[in-house]
Formats: sequence, C-alpha cells, structure tokens
Amino acid sequence: MLEVKGIKEGIVIDHIKAGNGLKLFNLLMLEYINCPIVLVMNVDSKNLEKKDIIKIEDKFDLDLDKLGLIDSNITVNIIKNNKVIDKKNVTIPKKVKGTFKCSNPRCITNSDDYISPSFKLIDSKGTPEYLCEYCEEITKYDGYLLNK
Amino acid sequence: MNKVKHLIEPDDLTNSEIESLISKGMDIYDNPKNYSDVCKGKIMASLFFEPSTRTKFSFDSAMIRLGGNVIGFSDASTSSTSKGESLADTIKVMSFYSDIIVMRHPKEGAPKLASMVSEVPIINGGDGGHQHPTQTLTDLITIKRFKGNITNHTIGFCGDLKHGRTVHSLIKTLSRFEGNNFILVSPKELRLPEGLKYQLTKQYGTKFTEVETLDEVMDKLDVLYMTRIQKERFFNEEDYLRLKNSYILTNDKISNAKANMIIMHPLPRVNEISYEIDDDPRSVYFEQSRMGVFVRMALITTLLEEAK
Repeated sequence: MLEVKGIKEGIVIDHIKAGNGLKLFNLLMLEYINCPIVLVMNVDSKNLEKKDIIKIEDKFDLDLDKLGLIDSNITVNIIKNNKVIDKKNVTIPKKVKGTFKCSNPRCITNSDDYISPSFKLIDSKGTPEYLCEYCEEITKYDGYLLNK
Repeated sequence: MNKVKHLIEPDDLTNSEIESLISKGMDIYDNPKNYSDVCKGKIMASLFFEPSTRTKFSFDSAMIRLGGNVIGFSDASTSSTSKGESLADTIKVMSFYSDIIVMRHPKEGAPKLASMVSEVPIINGGDGGHQHPTQTLTDLITIKRFKGNITNHTIGFCGDLKHGRTVHSLIKTLSRFEGNNFILVSPKELRLPEGLKYQLTKQYGTKFTEVETLDEVMDKLDVLYMTRIQKERFFNEEDYLRLKNSYILTNDKISNAKANMIIMHPLPRVNEISYEIDDDPRSVYFEQSRMGVFVRMALITTLLEEAK
C-alpha cells in the first residue's frame, strides 16, 4: 500500500471525497505554491470508503468557504512540530463572493468588471443553490463555474 | 459619502412608506398646484440605457410638474458608455451633476450597482426582466383608486411572467398586504422565475396557483393584470413567434368576468388586449398610465426630502 509520510509543519486537508482532490488542488491554485505538496487520491477510508488527501508543507492561508463549496465533509488539520494543533471543519458557505458566475446571462455581474458576483445560499441539499444578490436568479453550483 | 435612500426594488420601501406614497400621490392628483414648485432648483438625471416611452416621460413630466429640471439621455449610444465607460463611472459623475437619478438599464441588478456608487438617490426605472418598482407604485395607486384598497383581492397575472419585471415587483409587493391571492396565467415556458417563487414562498408565505388558460379563472378575478409577450427578452425568435399570441383579451373573453373587475396593463400593449376592450368601464390601463405621474411626483419629493 502507498504510504505518504507526515509533515512537520503545514496543513493537511483530509476526508476529501475521492475525486474532489484534484478539483481542490486546482481551486487553491496549488501548482503555483513553491513548497512541498502531496495530493493522494483514492486511499482507503473508514467513513468514505475512498478518500483524497492534500498535504501542504508550509504556512498557507486557506479560504475555507471555497473548500466548503467543493466538499463540505473535509477537515483541515493545522500541523506544527509534527502535531495537529488545530482542526477545522468546513461547511457550505452561506455567502459567496467572486467565486463563480451568475447563471443569468442578463445579470450585471456578467458584463461589468466593477463588481464581483455575490450570492446567498438558499438550499444546501444536493447541489448547493445560491440566490444572486444583484439579479435574484438562482445559480446551482456545479463545481465547474469558477472563474475569478 | 452621504447615506441616501434609494428605490431599487420593492423591499426598499416599508408597507407604511408605500401607503404614504400612495396617499401623497392621491393628494397631488387632487391638488396639483400645491406641488408646482416644491422641486424648484432641483435637477433630476434621467438616464435611460434602454428605450422607454412611458416611464421616462412620466418621470420627466413629474419633475417638471414639481418645478424641477431634467437632464439625461434616452439612448445609451449618446452616452459615454458607448465609448466603453463603466456604468459605475457614469453614475458616479452624474450624481455630482444632479440631485436625484432615475435610470433604466437592460442588465439585471444594474441599479443596485448604481446605488453603491451614487451620492444621490437612485430610482430604478426598470432593470431587464428583473424589477420595476415605480411601475408597482403606479399599479398600487391605480388599484387603490379603482378598488378602494390594496388588500383582499384575487389578482390574475397573465402573459410573460418570466420576463415581466412589472409583474415581479407587483406580486412581491402585493404579497406583503393582507388577504391578496394570486392566479398566474402563462405558458409553461413563461412562468415566474424560480428565484422569485422561492422568495415569495419563503419570505412572504405567498400562495399562488399556476394555470395555462384565462378562461378557467376569469370569473374569480378582482384584478386582471395583462402583460406583453416581450420580444426583446427572447434569445430565440422561433420561441417568440410560437408564444406571442397566447392570450388575446376580447369582449367575448371577459363576458363572464366580475362586473367590478378591473383590467390593468403596464403598457405598451401589442395585441394582447383587443381595442374593443378599451371602451369597457373595467379597462383602467390608460388611467393607470396617468396615475403613474402623480405617484412618481410623490416619490421624487419624498426621496429628495429624505436626502437633505
């Protein structure tokens, strides 16, 4: 079985649903980070059967809201001196700004760079649904709309 | 920047503010001379990024009747937006040149963006297929005038309910007043947007029925609000041609309607109300258009007063 050793200092994003690891990797733009990073996919998990894990050996500010959009089950472990010093749970964000586009082509946020699209969560069951704060249309977040 | 009050969507006004605007509008209607110079020295910028006849001239007329002055444009191609200037920059600058701004824009949410950068009150004169709060004030003053109150009515909305901003604002507002019921008549493709239905049910607990023909509900209505199938909102002309004649009101169609029902329409109509209906005493759509000036006069004076 593949083994990946622990990190001395940094962040471990654990319990990522198998398949979401690469989405998170791209979302966090980890390819641009100049430090050791490990993405492990499809490892055995007690709760999820299979899971992905990301380890980042560095101090790194995470946007937990963005993580919650992709996968609200993940946990974020903060590591210092080889020990977990903090554990953060991620939830589906109630408000989102600038992360994905409004699905309404007539919405001002799709044609004016002055403002970022902003939404409030109206349904978190299944595919999260967000109400646009400008045009009041509903956008279903499907994980592939990230653009800003 | 001063915190000023804007009218971007119906929820910007409380029920008592709406009632007070209606009362003031009625008073202006009855006593126009009392208001003929209350806006002397004030300038209203009338910025219409999309064509309009009624709303623009109703506002312009309202300001002139109040003794104020009007600047602006009625065609975006004559403004600096045609040179690529952002909406935010246009509004910011126009708010230095005027005391109040009324704007129409084809993009939904544009007036909200304007209100974030303006130093003077912004009035939404219609944004795409989203909202049209001053048409709502016009509709409410008309219902008040012809039905005596704005509560306890069964209101039928008919036509393009998906893109009809006047319907969106009016149903949102009437939902806040006691005892109103709604019957929504439209083809399946042109039903109320899901985002609005969500707000109506979650926020106001509104109950509505959706049907596809007028005949089955005509005898139940106190107010029939007709709307145009809006060619300019369709992405596909084939869909427009298929749906454009879905509802045409004729004398025959309203033969079993209540004697005191009123027929409203935000205008312009195309062919959804036959000309023969114009003489029916229940047709109030031209009076509705007239009342719009008085309630807009009430709105302008109120927002300017609050911005002092």
